[in-house]
Amino acid sequence: MRDMSLTARLYLTAVIVVGAALVVYSALQLGREEWLAVIPLAVLVVLAKWFASDLRRHVNISVGMPVAIASVILLGPAGATIVMSAVVLAPTSARLYNRLFNAGMFAITATITGHVYERFGTVLLNSTDAVGFWQVIFPSLVAALVLEIVNGLLLVTMIALSERVSPLRVWYGTLAESALPMFIYSIFGLMLAVVWSYAGPIAAVLVLAPLMVARWVFAEFSARQEAYEATMRSLIKSVETKDLYTRGHSERVSRASVLIGRRAGMREDRVSSLRYAGMLHDVGKLGVPTSVLQKAGRLTEEEFEAIQQHTVRGREITKDLEFLGEAIEGIHLHHERIDGRGYPLGLKGSEIPEFARIIAVADAFDSMTTTRSYRGARSVDDAVVELRACKGSQFDPVMVEALVDAIDAEGWDASDTLPTDLPVPLDSVPSFASDDDDPTAADRLGLPSAAPNDASELADDATLGRSGEEPT
Amino acid sequence: MTNDREIRSTGPLLVAAGLVVIAAIAKAAQAGIIDAGAALAFVAFIALGEILRITLPGGRQSAPLAAAGALAFALLPAPDRINDLPYSVALAVSVVTVGSIVGAFPSALVGRGMHLDELARRVLTTLFAATMFGQIYPHVMPTGTETAWQLALAMTITAALAAAVDAVLAAAVRGTQSHAPFRTAVVDEFRALLGISSAIAATGVLIALATPKMGLWALPVFAVPLLLTQFAFRRYAAIDATYLQTIRSLSKVTEVGGYTETGHSRRVSRLAVTIGREMGVSERDLTDLEYAALMHDIGQLSLQEPIPGGATTMVSYVDQRRIAELGAEVIRQAGVLDRAALIVERQADPYRPHRGQLDGTLPLESRIIKAVNAYDDLVGASLESDRKLRAIERLQLGIDREFDPGVVDTLSRIIERQTEYAY
Repeated sequence: MRDMSLTARLYLTAVIVVGAALVVYSALQLGREEWLAVIPLAVLVVLAKWFASDLRRHVNISVGMPVAIASVILLGPAGATIVMSAVVLAPTSARLYNRLFNAGMFAITATITGHVYERFGTVLLNSTDAVGFWQVIFPSLVAALVLEIVNGLLLVTMIALSERVSPLRVWYGTLAESALPMFIYSIFGLMLAVVWSYAGPIAAVLVLAPLMVARWVFAEFSARQEAYEATMRSLIKSVETKDLYTRGHSERVSRASVLIGRRAGMREDRVSSLRYAGMLHDVGKLGVPTSVLQKAGRLTEEEFEAIQQHTVRGREITKDLEFLGEAIEGIHLHHERIDGRGYPLGLKGSEIPEFARIIAVADAFDSMTTTRSYRGARSVDDAVVELRACKGSQFDPVMVEALVDAIDAEGWDASDTLPTDLPVPLDSVPSFASDDDDPTAADRLGLPSAAPNDASELADDATLGRSGEEPT
Repeated sequence: MTNDREIRSTGPLLVAAGLVVIAAIAKAAQAGIIDAGAALAFVAFIALGEILRITLPGGRQSAPLAAAGALAFALLPAPDRINDLPYSVALAVSVVTVGSIVGAFPSALVGRGMHLDELARRVLTTLFAATMFGQIYPHVMPTGTETAWQLALAMTITAALAAAVDAVLAAAVRGTQSHAPFRTAVVDEFRALLGISSAIAATGVLIALATPKMGLWALPVFAVPLLLTQFAFRRYAAIDATYLQTIRSLSKVTEVGGYTETGHSRRVSRLAVTIGREMGVSERDLTDLEYAALMHDIGQLSLQEPIPGGATTMVSYVDQRRIAELGAEVIRQAGVLDRAALIVERQADPYRPHRGQLDGTLPLESRIIKAVNAYDDLVGASLESDRKLRAIERLQLGIDREFDPGVVDTLSRIIERQTEYAY
């Protein structure tokens, strides 16, 4: 509190004082009948707050909101004020002044909302006649809206004052997001109030049961989703244990692919699929004997073919994963080249799927900027020069530029997660390539080395040739 | 082969439900429907709920809205029904049956078939709920301005019992279909249905309570929370299915790499799960068994060169252990599959080393995988019954030293059954 501005502190104190006054005033107005409903509802509010605090981040179903709206409909302003300010009793880790502020804020909100509701609708506990459905539903929706606005205003002002930002900006984001939940909460609140007025506190159990179940399922869902991502990552890592020099490669290719996809204006669901494609693009390497992958020397033709097989094997492994969609073809064809001299199919230009063209660029970029068994890491700038040089022959120019733009705008962390105990060769050491991702790795199979300043020719040799061979 | 067993297990249930429905419709038709509007609204609601059915995590089917509508109608304290219990029960059963069949039409049209056993269960639970509530209702009828808490409580208790009846019926069907012990089946069913059934029960009670006050508006209004629950379940089931699919796919890496024979891990996992279920492993633990079985050879990836034919049973015990440990290490990295990792880690351990003491910490699941793995190494994808029976004989030689006798017995029972059906 000490680091808050004077205005913020004044505001905070004012809310607490006004809230406290409203609570006292309301308490004096309630009769015995009303206390019998206020107490169980207040207990509900406390419980709701208590249980909300141990929920996972992604789950956002509030039980407090429906109870608040129900107390407005059921009890009117005085009862609702007591019920909602009971939140201060919930054991949370928040600081005392924070909790007092919350209680004050809720007291003010409840009083205003309760009066608005009274103007339009019937407070259920006071009415002895049967209340028609339409006499309740419209005022309930109005009440929910008022509650949201008043509460939002009070809260946003506090945030804006203590963080020194414009309140409108804070509010705009939260209000737009809360429109649908607000509607659903008001329906819940309405149900709770109607059933409570008829059947008593058992209504809480009945109305909140589906809500609690939904909340529990959402929590399970996000736990499962996290488990899923973790499993995926560790299985990818098991691919990388086979080739010590490619540690973290899949994760970085995935990151670079996403950068390119976003720059190229892809929809978010495709980007998410692309993320998986990047992560899994080398999964077929699990099918290549470790001895070949780790061989530090010139490869025989059979060995090189075995490595090339990883694209086809990647497709075999992933082809049943429906959720991957386009990603499967991206994995299969990420070694195709624009000029048709890639593998496994030798597709040309736009015949190559977009995902494959993106991964090809990301893959090459990461290979160049990290350490390999035959050379050290290059700088990002060098890699960009190289990629540009291979535009149109090996890479789709659009994707290369998209990557360059994205890196310019967002930077690139090529953090080489290579363990320090691995031998890192000097740049000058001649290349013994067991790696075909890297457009500069020309030396395999003893192909004639091109002059180092002719990067595009170097890259042409990189995927070994179909150069000069006609497919039979 | 499955058809035969399905008929055996659901037959009595279907016959019972069929008889109830015939009697109910005859009775309702004879008396005539007094409040046709409400009956029609509930038919429509149940039909709609039937169309919006979902798959629960673990593969069970459910139509929560339809079930809630059915329950609500069985509990509806309609004035025209309180004096004639048989009539009100008959009406409830009729409405529920007609609504369910109408709703099942679209999916039957596209050839996805009807969920007959679920319909039969719904008919019987409706019969149960309507009869029980009809008996209680006169005692809890709200008088004057008092709150109707006794009525609400009676409804809630009836709904809870009806849900329990439904779960037991479902367990009976599933248990006979999968040869699982009845007790395990019941526990599994309660665990799987607890969440969705409490939401269904609460919604049904709410609709029944609120309809006299709010009119038929209660139906759409009280459906909102259940729809939210349903949506949550749907997303959960989707990610659950994706998870299994991914592990299945990635388990193929050992095959693609030539470390194991094609289809080995899938066959081992299928057989292991069948054995586990029959030996009373709960559904939750079966999932871990399935994951472990799918990934049991993943440790081989760390080998420099593949074992010929991937037959881990042919290499030395020390190597087997090493592969098991490497595999467990990979799986453990995920941080969420620790139980599966443990199963994989112990898969090579003998049942009773050197005829010594049993090791109490050796999980049943590991013993299952050990036996099934050895069996599949001998049989492979072969369909010859001779070869299968010879493999079983080989395993029986190792009983009590290498393999758990209980596991081998169950395995041989399953194989016998399969070869029987094959003729």
